Amino acid sequence: MAQQASATNGAPAPRREEGFLAAFVARRRGPLLVAPAIIVLFVMNIFPLMWSFGLSFYNYRANRLREPSFSWLRNYEKVLTDDTVWERLQTTAQVVTFSVLGQLIVGFLLALLFEKAFPGRRILLMLVLAPMMLSMAAVGAFFKLFYDPTFGIVSQVSRLITGEPLALLNTQWGAMMGVVIADVWMWSPFVMLLVLAGLVSVPKYLYEAAEIDRASWWRRFRTITFPYIRSLLLLALLFRTIEAFKLFDTIYLMTEGGPGSATETISIYVYRVAFQFFRTSQSSALAYILLFVVIVLTNLYLYMVHRRSQET
Amino acid sequence: MSFWKSRREIGKAGWGRTLFAGIVSLIYFFPVLWIILTAFKTRPDALAVPAKLFFTPTLDNFERVFVRVALGGTEAVDTGFGLFFFNSIFIAGVSVLAALVIGILAAYAFARFPLRGNDTYLFIILTTRMLPPIIVIIPIFLMFRVTGLSGSYLGIILLYTAFNLPFSIWMLKSFFEELSPEVEDAARLDGSSELKVFFKICLPQILPGIAATLVFALILTWNEFLFALMLTGTETRTVPVAMARALGGELGVDWGLLSAVETLFIIPVVVVTFVLQNQLLRGVTFGTVKR
Repeated sequence: MAQQASATNGAPAPRREEGFLAAFVARRRGPLLVAPAIIVLFVMNIFPLMWSFGLSFYNYRANRLREPSFSWLRNYEKVLTDDTVWERLQTTAQVVTFSVLGQLIVGFLLALLFEKAFPGRRILLMLVLAPMMLSMAAVGAFFKLFYDPTFGIVSQVSRLITGEPLALLNTQWGAMMGVVIADVWMWSPFVMLLVLAGLVSVPKYLYEAAEIDRASWWRRFRTITFPYIRSLLLLALLFRTIEAFKLFDTIYLMTEGGPGSATETISIYVYRVAFQFFRTSQSSALAYILLFVVIVLTNLYLYMVHRRSQET
Repeated sequence: MSFWKSRREIGKAGWGRTLFAGIVSLIYFFPVLWIILTAFKTRPDALAVPAKLFFTPTLDNFERVFVRVALGGTEAVDTGFGLFFFNSIFIAGVSVLAALVIGILAAYAFARFPLRGNDTYLFIILTTRMLPPIIVIIPIFLMFRVTGLSGSYLGIILLYTAFNLPFSIWMLKSFFEELSPEVEDAARLDGSSELKVFFKICLPQILPGIAATLVFALILTWNEFLFALMLTGTETRTVPVAMARALGGELGVDWGLLSAVETLFIIPVVVVTFVLQNQLLRGVTFGTVKR
């Protein structure tokens, strides 16, 4: 068995004859260990994706018995020339922009607050991190209660200040802000964690040197702190963009895409096309366009992860 | 200088900062606090205008989560939430364990015996996790309908296993990569078999990593909504879906009851988060950011 030390990279076979099976196992160790994972992922993810890729070239409705008919690129043509799709993409872009921007700002401020050690930090940090651990469905449901014009706490506070109840979710911009606020509240702690990791990595002597030079707060931030947290901020930005792009549960429970279609992001729209209008193949085509966007974003994310690991 | 273990420095910043941070944290935590408070309110109190911050707490809501007294009758009827809580625990538990076992094997291989095209595999695996679930749900819905898996435990457990795998693999891989291969090689030279190296040397070292992965996968699965909404039936419904359905009640939404459900639902997660603070960052970024 000692000879197997050289087999760390999976290539050379053991010198001693141990029968065909043992030799096979030793040589194919990597692939064999990975196989179960690949099989599960293939059956539950890759195969369904290929299925829907096929479907996207057909004319098919899941609630009809009619045989699907081949329609070449008709679905993609329909989806790409559909004004509704572009409107939904715009809504998505707005939600993603506001939400990610809000998270970066709030998360950054929270990180500054928790950067230095103080008594009780662990407990207080726990309170701030709690939202991230809730289910997005619950956040959607309960923010709907908070925004309720009569009973909601938001509306009651607004009545104290302005004298009028606030029906936030009834106006177009209000509903979008309502969704964005819930998402920012839930995920800012995530950005905070990343920024904290960056802040901790700044060597102390740099600040001491800056102190001696009497550098202003802004200059210290720009020349010392920022370079150390830049890559982590970018990671947070990409990660949250991918996640905000997927945002479904919160919106579905809070507004169902309404009022009208004010908060109907592309995820909600795909859901509607697929499971309310049952235009199955058209929704598959749309899903594939989304897939492309996510692959590009994921690639960027991994590129940034790689670059950061080389920096440190 | 570690961020979490700097207890010795605590004295420096002083209580002024604690006070300020305390106020900010409480404001931030307020929505969760409000949910918990609502869980202890009677129905009139829960919908009182102006909202009541002080009230006589009651455990009624928690009782009504599990049994309901039917209108006009005195007989207690099961609300089904007992079953839904069981479903959430059972489905999340089994699928996370399955994903963990398969994930440990794969992560070990990805870290120690790189395949040809290792990075491509890892990229594809991560991508399946980054996908909007809505993309995958369309064909899976059709697939489950054809195979009769929809509404069954087996179907949703299989799906959640696949859902947890990418996370488990990436996370565990990052832990395996931190081990030094020299120790393993030394053991091999001393005549340990590959199995022994894996079980006696690698596994014990990454036990904390396994625990962290387990817990984060549990939280992800615990809170999952869309797959559960589309693919579970009355018998296999999980708590998030049951909560969403309770929103559409004819007599208006029973917020006290919903709050009680949510309060029960978040207890395990909050406890676990507190225990795992040190691994939190790595957990939420799939192991791609370690510190």
